[in-house]
Amino acid sequence: MTNRNQDIIDQKLQNLNNDGIDRRGFLKCMAWAGTGLVWTMSGGIPVSQAFAKGIGKHAGKGGDFSFVQISDSHMGFNKPANPDVAATLQAAVDKINGLATPPEFLLHTGDISHLSRPEQFDNVDQILRSASAKDVFFVPGEHDVLDDNGKSYLERYGKKANGSGWYSFDHKGVHFIGLVNVLNLKAGGLGSLGGDQLEWMEKDVKHLKHSTPVVVFAHIPLWSVYPQWGWGTEDSAQALAYLKKFGSVTVLNGHIHQTMQKVEGRVTFHTAMSTAFPQPQPGKADSPGPMKVPAEKLRSVLGITDVNYVRGQYSLAVVDSALG
Amino acid sequence: MKKTNMWFAGLAAPGVVVMFLLLAGSPRVRATDQASEAKAEVKIDNFTFGPQTLTVAVGTTVTWTNRDDIPHTVVSTEGVFKSKVRDTDENFSYTFSKAGTYPYYCSVHPKMTGKIVVQ
Repeated sequence: MTNRNQDIIDQKLQNLNNDGIDRRGFLKCMAWAGTGLVWTMSGGIPVSQAFAKGIGKHAGKGGDFSFVQISDSHMGFNKPANPDVAATLQAAVDKINGLATPPEFLLHTGDISHLSRPEQFDNVDQILRSASAKDVFFVPGEHDVLDDNGKSYLERYGKKANGSGWYSFDHKGVHFIGLVNVLNLKAGGLGSLGGDQLEWMEKDVKHLKHSTPVVVFAHIPLWSVYPQWGWGTEDSAQALAYLKKFGSVTVLNGHIHQTMQKVEGRVTFHTAMSTAFPQPQPGKADSPGPMKVPAEKLRSVLGITDVNYVRGQYSLAVVDSALG
Repeated sequence: MKKTNMWFAGLAAPGVVVMFLLLAGSPRVRATDQASEAKAEVKIDNFTFGPQTLTVAVGTTVTWTNRDDIPHTVVSTEGVFKSKVRDTDENFSYTFSKAGTYPYYCSVHPKMTGKIVVQ
């Protein structure tokens, strides 16, 4: 890690540890790539600490667990800076298999394939079979629903899902909600959840206790990262309104191929790195197209996101780590 | 059996056959003329259609070419035309046979919008 990055992180830690203020409405947008930072949600108050302090050591006891988010594997992409996205996905799986606390399952937040082709999905499925965690929960990215409005995606991944592929499940007291925001996009617009999905979501969370930790995952960010590049979801505010009663909400997204965090009240938003190629920081390039980096630097800007839940502390810790 | 019957019915009514030939023939001739007359191009670079607004004559065939590293589509906002996903260097063509304004966008990246004005 460069000194500059360390300085930025130190500054953020200082800001966040400046306690005694009401966090409601407290907005903080941060971006960096390839660094490690642990986030702990406790009673809606985010507390951060430097990476590598072994947050995962408690996992596995008394209902604690961890899971890993991977994203944007773009199988089939073969241009600079990554002519071999299968190798970097495999490196991500190797990294997962080497974690001190084995994750109980994986979340894939979309853009599994580059062009929605069956062989691309097959290739990803095959590589993921070598992961220690056998269960993988998917949501589609826009690259997974090309040409057929998501029909083949749904046949493969969404047999038990609702509508165009949304669903929820519970794991050891944590409620997970997988949302689809890449279909029926309107000209000039952003990501979209749509009325049917929002209606379903309202019902889905209605009977949950306020103390239930909630994890929402979807491809396009559910917060306005950079609308000029389409990095946001037009009706996400409605979805978030249904989650207001909960003390701990963690939102995990992909799409932008870089880590970014925002804390808003009791909600922590987080985006993951891609396992395929990096994208530029918002507005720092002519377009959000793939960022070309030297071959030796590629793996430092690709990565996985490890999420730990510690029961009783009613908190989730989000840890990003680069592939190399 | 039914098909055969209809075929015989057609032969038995030469007037109908001639009308049929006229109807089938005339658009084909016009299409050939148009193709040789007018062509125009839109390039896709950096998640942008260029030119964003293109004005062409009736009968012009417009070809979009994707020059990005990321796939895009060309989809009429009003359902007039719709390309399959176009990867790097792939293209899509549509011939505009009626005057009007045709807004379109990339259904994968809906912030990308453009317009063809046909006069």
